[in-house]
Amino acid sequence: MAVATRPQLSHLRALESEAIHVMREVAAEFEKPVLLFSGGKDSIVLLRLAEKAFRPAPFPFPLMHVDTGHNFPEVIEFRDRRVAELGERLIVASVQESIDSGRVVEETGPRASRNQLQTVTLLDALAEHGFDAAFGGARRDEERARAKERVFSFRDDFGQWDPKNQRPELWNLYNGRIRKGENVRVFPISNWTELDVWEYIDSEGLEVPSIYFSHVRDVFRRDGMLYAWREGTELIDGEEVFSETVRYRTVGDMSCTGGVLSQASTLEEVVVEIAATRITERGETRADDRVSEAAMEDRKKAGYF
Amino acid sequence: MTLDLLRFTTAGAVDDGKSTLIGRLLFDSKQVFEDQLEHVAAASERRGGEGVLDLALLTDGLRAEREQGITIDVAYRYFATPVRRFIIADCPGHRQYTRNMVTGASTADLAVVLVDARRGVTEQSKRHAFISALLGIPRMVVAINKMDLVEHSQARFDELVAEFADFAAGLGAITGRRAPDGVGADSAGQAAAISYIPISALNGDNVVERSRTMAWYDGPALLELLEQVEVAYDHPFDRPARFPVQWVIRPGAGISVGVDRDAGAGAADADYRGYAGQLASGALRRGDEVAVLPSGGRTRIAAIDTYDGELDEALAPMSLTLRLEDELDISRGELICRPDEAATVARELAADVCWMTDKPLRAGGRYALKHTSRSATAIVDRIEDLVDVHTLRRSQPADELALNDIGRVHLRTNVPLAFDAYTSNRRTGSFILIDESSNETVGAGLIAAPDG
Repeated sequence: MAVATRPQLSHLRALESEAIHVMREVAAEFEKPVLLFSGGKDSIVLLRLAEKAFRPAPFPFPLMHVDTGHNFPEVIEFRDRRVAELGERLIVASVQESIDSGRVVEETGPRASRNQLQTVTLLDALAEHGFDAAFGGARRDEERARAKERVFSFRDDFGQWDPKNQRPELWNLYNGRIRKGENVRVFPISNWTELDVWEYIDSEGLEVPSIYFSHVRDVFRRDGMLYAWREGTELIDGEEVFSETVRYRTVGDMSCTGGVLSQASTLEEVVVEIAATRITERGETRADDRVSEAAMEDRKKAGYF
Repeated sequence: MTLDLLRFTTAGAVDDGKSTLIGRLLFDSKQVFEDQLEHVAAASERRGGEGVLDLALLTDGLRAEREQGITIDVAYRYFATPVRRFIIADCPGHRQYTRNMVTGASTADLAVVLVDARRGVTEQSKRHAFISALLGIPRMVVAINKMDLVEHSQARFDELVAEFADFAAGLGAITGRRAPDGVGADSAGQAAAISYIPISALNGDNVVERSRTMAWYDGPALLELLEQVEVAYDHPFDRPARFPVQWVIRPGAGISVGVDRDAGAGAADADYRGYAGQLASGALRRGDEVAVLPSGGRTRIAAIDTYDGELDEALAPMSLTLRLEDELDISRGELICRPDEAATVARELAADVCWMTDKPLRAGGRYALKHTSRSATAIVDRIEDLVDVHTLRRSQPADELALNDIGRVHLRTNVPLAFDAYTSNRRTGSFILIDESSNETVGAGLIAAPDG
């Protein structure tokens, strides 16, 4: 059949189709999947992809948020509103409860963060509910250990990732076979870049939490980053709180997520800003990756997202 | 219209400069971010390189890779130019080379094969070219690297091109593909079209910018070629429609297995019954007569649904949901196609299998098999031959396939499969084999033909 011009899907529609395929494979091959929804941009995209994969039916899995208790209030408010709009069910796994029950010990001092503690809460929640697959919004362009991770990322019964012994992943054939107690983390948007995510949010007209847009906030400078100041934040000598116009490129725990100076107040302006940036999102905003050269790899091996 | 997303694979032996080449592509196309560059500068210094950026460090992701200076696993890289977006599957050439190269090649539109200008066409470059051809990658670029170490010699370049072309001439015969019939050739069953470029990844010659030291070469730099090359999409449209059913959407039927939920979204559509999947190849239109394989039922497409509304026509590789005119009993794993261009249905088949684990494949072996959205059990009847990658010959019958071996294997399955030959359809012609006790993926299969 001779065709003069071959219609093609745009790169964004091709990535979308691939991600929907991954989600349906998981729904079909696992007994009890869950979708990890943080209220951040990547998991916002996952929710839209789930709508595209499963509507007009309800999602064949619940949503779950690992709440550190130090999340931005704007994000929690958005999370609850979005879940209500979708009519889906949300499970909140609380780091505070893990602390209260003695499963983990709160870090102390001005640099205390609940980032590491989340791993225990996440693994406990997966075990408690018997989830055998968990969708996450991680992307391979985010970080160098993630560049090596599979779409179906196998975890043993300790929740551990073994980067040197991953299952080969061929064509679009995913091996979802696991034993009881093991689980798989599934990353449908592995092949998306940060810019793809923003272009998709823009093209779909998706709402995102207000902290992604520029706003005036009380901040303090530490290790070259601008952190949000809130009631109870311990400052180190010489640090002071001041007002600045910032926005957030990533949405994590308030204690380890830095804002960036920005005037971008609409989706279009954010897309333009991201297209021109010369710094990676995690390099610019995440203290948790600065611990060592292999900080993310080490956390993932221990069962992190 | 060229595609705006190109997936390509790179592979090469230790020290042939693959990581440096990718680092150079990213660096010279200004795709390296400042914090990544700081990281590379700091790491280069720790490893004793004074003031020199070791671009290979850009691509090594794992701690062990940085410590040992090697690449362990396939890594995926993303970069974009104003013309195109690129996904690189960066495959290490030494450890578990077949496994990694086959993995990277399985989703690629183009392969960059590296040849070291001093060492010539090695077994490693031949293996990569063979695997690229076997996996049906429609375009191949042979990058003859380290030209700076052979005095940018045109004679050496010509010599290596002749040697490689001589080897490549045998690829079509062993992979069951016809020679390409033109520069833009990429249709089903054809061997890859090959381009040759002399480069120096270390100095950046002919990587992003054309080289001034090799004025005798008048072709494009590598990036120019990657931007302009025409490649049929992974799911070409001018092939028979293939729609493997992944998931049945029935809002009224309590499909959400194992999930406690309150009646929520979608409860209004109690009569809805849609077959969800990704169109693997071809196009489907509303009203088309379709056959469902292997059961053989016939009906017509009542509607093509997407979240964004109904479509008159769907094209590969779209994910969509079909509603059919008649109520047939269709479940996951069945294939919807047109009755006059139906896939082959059989329980016995012959396939080239790439073996990926230490414990060899032998006759009598039993494995879980995944083909499109269908899961089956397969038993190995016999191993017909083994491919010698160096000579491109198939040997006599073999007793086993060891790690990294590729050979023609005859299999039987417990349920019928609806498939095509891999040379005519990568999606419906491929399968994986899974060890039933360890659950590891142990083999990659490319279907040659039905058996018997």
